[in-house]
Amino acid sequence: MSTGVLGENKRGLKELGAEDKLGWDEVTQGVVLTSFEGDSSDIAHTVIEDRTYSDFNTYTATVASWRVLKPVYNRDICIDCQNCWVWCPDTSIISRDKQMIGIDYDHCKGCGVCVEVCPTNPKSLLMFNEAKDIDEALGEWPEKKKKEK
Amino acid sequence: MAKEFELNEVEVWDGNYAASQALRQAQVDVVAAYPITPSTPIVENYGAYQANGYVEGEFVMVESEHGAMSGCVGAAAAGGRVATATSSQGFALMAEVLYQASGMRLPIVLTVVNRALASPLNVRGDHSDMYMGRDSGWIQLDAFNAQEAYDMTLCAFKIGEHLDVRLPVMVHQDGFTTSHKAQNVYPLQDAVAYKFVGDYVPVDDMLDFSRAVTHGAQTEEDWHFEHKARQHKALMDSRTVIDSVLAEFKELTGREYKRVETYMMEDAEVAMVVLGSSVETAVLAAKELREEGVKAGVVAPRCFRPFPFDLVRDALDTDSLKAVVCMDKSAPGGAMGALFNEVSAAAYSTKSRPLMTNYIFGLGGRDFSKEEAKRILLEQKAHADAGYVTTDIQQFSGVRGPKLGFFQTRRG
Repeated sequence: MSTGVLGENKRGLKELGAEDKLGWDEVTQGVVLTSFEGDSSDIAHTVIEDRTYSDFNTYTATVASWRVLKPVYNRDICIDCQNCWVWCPDTSIISRDKQMIGIDYDHCKGCGVCVEVCPTNPKSLLMFNEAKDIDEALGEWPEKKKKEK
Repeated sequence: MAKEFELNEVEVWDGNYAASQALRQAQVDVVAAYPITPSTPIVENYGAYQANGYVEGEFVMVESEHGAMSGCVGAAAAGGRVATATSSQGFALMAEVLYQASGMRLPIVLTVVNRALASPLNVRGDHSDMYMGRDSGWIQLDAFNAQEAYDMTLCAFKIGEHLDVRLPVMVHQDGFTTSHKAQNVYPLQDAVAYKFVGDYVPVDDMLDFSRAVTHGAQTEEDWHFEHKARQHKALMDSRTVIDSVLAEFKELTGREYKRVETYMMEDAEVAMVVLGSSVETAVLAAKELREEGVKAGVVAPRCFRPFPFDLVRDALDTDSLKAVVCMDKSAPGGAMGALFNEVSAAAYSTKSRPLMTNYIFGLGGRDFSKEEAKRILLEQKAHADAGYVTTDIQQFSGVRGPKLGFFQTRRG
């Protein structure tokens, strides 16, 4: 599994709520938060790992502590159809050049939509208990189901 | 360029038309609106100005008042000058989004034509909707007639958009008595009015792609309190900006307004505190009583929020003042009237500590006559002479049936 996109940047650097607390005279007007440091004019054409996310961007914080079940991704079965990427409500499916790379566990809430929309047989994404070891989960992957006549 | 609208030195306008002309002259970028009696003509006229080329902005027809204020919030966050109008049930449906607008510090202007809240359903003017907005974090200005509806709407943009304020502003006028009563109004010419309001200066606008921002963030117990404290501070501090904008308006027009209007208070022994179109009734009553030897005065908060604790106290802090009646034109829902509570709190820290009483009046558009105002002021004179409140502290004016009143003084 590639770790460039998944690991080497500011994603999930902080627990939500771990930021320095400011007084009423220091907080921003209207709770407005700048999303990036510096000029963001070309941000739409900049890949995630190169973006200068600000400290108050939710990307920088981990917001997944309440997840109970997690999706586990099986590269051997995935056909890179991008269904999960399209449907994920938290943009927690990481894909590059239309190739599925993995799951952003710092922002995934464990809703299971990605599993629901996965069209492969068996599914390339399955929900497991949050504490489950990923390699162990992959070892328990179900066989292809035969069509019922 | 928007076309110039030819205006005479004196026009005959009702309050709705006056407010719509002020919105046109401010060249609002976006009006998102849903019509409701009695404020409908404001946005109806505005739509006509837009269709006929007198406005360059967008008119967005929405599915409800909740949608109207939501559209205003979105357009204001995007970076535009934004305004709309509503009344009563529409105001109630907007309520959720009113708090969003103020918390997000978006200087939207909302012209509110005051009307009673159901049930029973009623289209006439009382202050239920205005009172409902009093904790919403908006600046609330009150116009007592059509001229003031025009003047206050122009001032509202300049106050709310001021870089030290950045808060939404409501301009209130009474349903029908002000909104539908044609009076002489002295408008400014388009260029003069626009120059007074000034160009819109966006702050943290979402259309600035070079500085992407998040609007409407969530905060829990670790951040919420600080943001609400800062917002409250901004609202309290807006008092000085309101004063300076009203002073600038006087320079331009000769028409003088204050956050609290006072009439004959210098030597008044009894006073009536009242809002809206009833102020003129109260002033007439006080003048006639003075001819009969009773030193009566009137105090009228022009600015309902931020509540002018400072100027109300100044108005009441005289050696001569003995008794004050606060007139609440809103069903108090199991309490003393809001104006009574707030004015009494200000009066409590004066040296004179006048006797305070409360009347609920005018609900659902019930008429309030000069004779009734005089009767109530004379009742205050009786309190003053006795040295204590001789009636119930809260009474009702103009309601049929047995006498209704609550609570008695323990000062006598």
